[in-house]
Amino acid sequence: MAIVELRGVSKVYPPHEKGGSDVVAIDDVSLSVEAGDVYGIIGYSGAGKSTLVRLVNALERSTSGEILINGRDIAGLPERELRTVRLGIGMIFQQFNLLGSRSVAANVSYPLEVARRPKAERTKRVAEMLDFVGLADKARAYPDQLSGGQKQRVGIARALASQPAILLADEATSALDPETTHEVLDLLTRVNREFGVTIIVITHEMDVIQTIASKVAVMDQGRVIERGDVFDVFSNPQQPASARFVSTVVKGIPSADELAVLRGRHPGRIVTLAFRDNAVDQARVFGEFARAGITFEVVFGGINEVQGRSFGHLTLALSDAAATDAPTTAGPGGTDRIDAVLDRVRTLTTVTEVR
Amino acid sequence: MESLIELLPQLWKAAGETLYIVGLTLFFGGLGGLIVGLGLYLTRGGSLLANKPVFVVLNLLVNFVRPIPFIIFLAAAQPLARLVVGTGIGNNAIIFTISLAASFAMGRIVEQNLLTVTPGVIETARSVGAGTGRIIFTVLLPEALGPLILGYTFIFVALVDMSAVAGYVGGGGLGNFALLYGYRQFNPIVTWAAVLLIIVLVQLVQYLGNTLARKALRR
Ligand SMILES: Nc1ncnc2c1ncn2[C@@H]1O[C@H](COP(=O)(O)OP(=O)(O)OP(=O)(O)O)[C@@H](O)[C@H]1O
Ligand SMILES: [Mg+2]
Repeated sequence: MAIVELRGVSKVYPPHEKGGSDVVAIDDVSLSVEAGDVYGIIGYSGAGKSTLVRLVNALERSTSGEILINGRDIAGLPERELRTVRLGIGMIFQQFNLLGSRSVAANVSYPLEVARRPKAERTKRVAEMLDFVGLADKARAYPDQLSGGQKQRVGIARALASQPAILLADEATSALDPETTHEVLDLLTRVNREFGVTIIVITHEMDVIQTIASKVAVMDQGRVIERGDVFDVFSNPQQPASARFVSTVVKGIPSADELAVLRGRHPGRIVTLAFRDNAVDQARVFGEFARAGITFEVVFGGINEVQGRSFGHLTLALSDAAATDAPTTAGPGGTDRIDAVLDRVRTLTTVTEVR
Repeated sequence: MESLIELLPQLWKAAGETLYIVGLTLFFGGLGGLIVGLGLYLTRGGSLLANKPVFVVLNLLVNFVRPIPFIIFLAAAQPLARLVVGTGIGNNAIIFTISLAASFAMGRIVEQNLLTVTPGVIETARSVGAGTGRIIFTVLLPEALGPLILGYTFIFVALVDMSAVAGYVGGGGLGNFALLYGYRQFNPIVTWAAVLLIIVLVQLVQYLGNTLARKALRR
C-alpha cells in the first residue's frame, strides 16, 4: 500500500488581485509514494511543488481530492486531529527555520515537547539525533552560531526526532553550496536507508534528484506532466519540460550551438544514438557499421550513471568507406548504404538523425 | 533650596506614587498591549487565527484611540473609569485610564514586533503538530522577546509622561509635585528636582531594558 497517495487533488487560491482569476496552484494531481521511496518532485518556480508538499502534511488544505496517509484520508480532518498526523511527518525547509531563541538541543527537542514525551526520553532522543547528524558537540550552541550545512543538519535532526515515517524536504539544499549540498543529500540517503523513512524531495535542481531519488515526478503549472523511475525519466524523457530538466545534468546530447559547430566540422551525415544499460548492446551496434563498411567517428557523447545504471548518447559522424575512394562533388556519398545500416541499427536502439 | 529640603518628604512620596502608578500601568497596560498586539497579529489575513472582521475592528479601535492626546482621553474615559474601578478620580482611576491608553499604544508595538518573526518558524511549529496556544508561548513570544523588551522599555517613558497629568484628576506623583510646589509657587528648583528624578528613573529603566534585550538577543 502506498504510504502517501494523492487522488485528483486540487488547490485553488483566491485571485491575487481583486477581479483577477483564481490561482490554480495544484490541478487534479494524482500521485502515489510507496513506503521506503525517495520520491523527487521537480519543476520550475511556481509549478506548485511547495503547495503540493504542504498538502501532504495539511499545512495547506486542499480544495478537492483525497490525500491518503497510510490509507487514511486527511483532507477533511479537523485541525486538532491533523496535529497527530503531522507528528508522523517530518519536514525540512530551504531556510532551515530553526528557532533562534533555542539552543540546538532545544530545537531538536521541540517536536518531542509538542508530543508531550517525558523529559528523560527527550534528552536521550536529542542526543541520539545529534549524534546521527554529527553535531553532538554543538548541542548547546545557538542557530546563529552555525553554518548553513550545520543548520540543515539540525533541521533534519529535529524533523526526525519524533520518529516520523515520512520526511518532506522542500528545497532543503537550495541555500547551500554544492559541497554542503552533497553532505546533506548523503545524510538524507542515510535517513532513508538506516531508518527506512520515506522521503519526498522538492527541488528545482536535477542533480539533487539524480543523487538521491528513486522516483521522480515532473511538475509544470500545477500538474504532474511526467513521472516514473528516475532512470527512465533521465534516459528517455517524454515531455519537453522534462527533457529540459534532464539536459541540465545529463551530458551527451549536443545543444543547438554545439550541433552547428559539429555540422560545420563534419560534412557527412551525423546521427545520435541512445544507449541504455543492458537494453542496448553497444558491440552489436558498432558491429553493424563495421560490417557494412561504414566508418564512423564519435564526435560528441556522454555516458551517465543514475541509480547505479548507465545510459548515454553518442553522436557519430558517418561516412561510407567505399565511397570515399571516389569522392562525389554532389554532397555526401553512400547515402543508400548508410540508410540501410541505420535501419538495422534502429532495431537495436533509438537513432536521431542530426543530418 | 531650603524650600526643597523642606519638601523632601513630599518629593519622596511623590516619587513613590509615580513608581506605583507607572509600575501598575506597566503591568496592566503591558498585559493589555500584549493581548491587543497578539489579537492584531493572529487575526491578520493569512495568520494563525485569520479573522477579517475581528482584525478590522481591532485595527480601527487602535487607530482611533492612539492619536487622542492623553489629557483629553483622561477626561473622556472618566465615566468608564468610574464604571470599572468605582471612581473617576485619584490614583486608581488614573492607573485604569493610563493602562487603557497604553494597551492600544503598546498593542501596535507588540504587533509590529511579532511581525518580525519569520513565518517559516511558525510553519515549522505547525509542521510538528503544535497548536496555536503553544505556538504563541513557545515560538512567537520567545522569538520576538528582544524587540518586545525594547518595546516595553519604550512604552515605559510614555507611561511616566502620562502619569505626570495625574494631578488633574486628583492623583499624585512627580508631575503633580512639580506642578503644585514648583510651578504654582514660582520655585523652579523644586520643578527641576522632580525633572531630575524622572530623568534618573527613565535612564535606569532604559539601561535595564537594553541589558535584558541584549541578553534575549544574545548580542
Ligand atoms: N498562499 C498563497 N496564496 C495565493 N497563491 C499562492 C499561495 N501559495 C502559492 N500560491 C501560488 O501557487 C502557485 C504555486 O506556488 P508554489 O509555491 O507551490 O510553487 P513552487 O513550485 O514551490 O515554486 P518555487 O520553486 O518558487 O518555490 C504560484 O502561482 C503561487 O503564486
Ligand atoms: Mg517552493
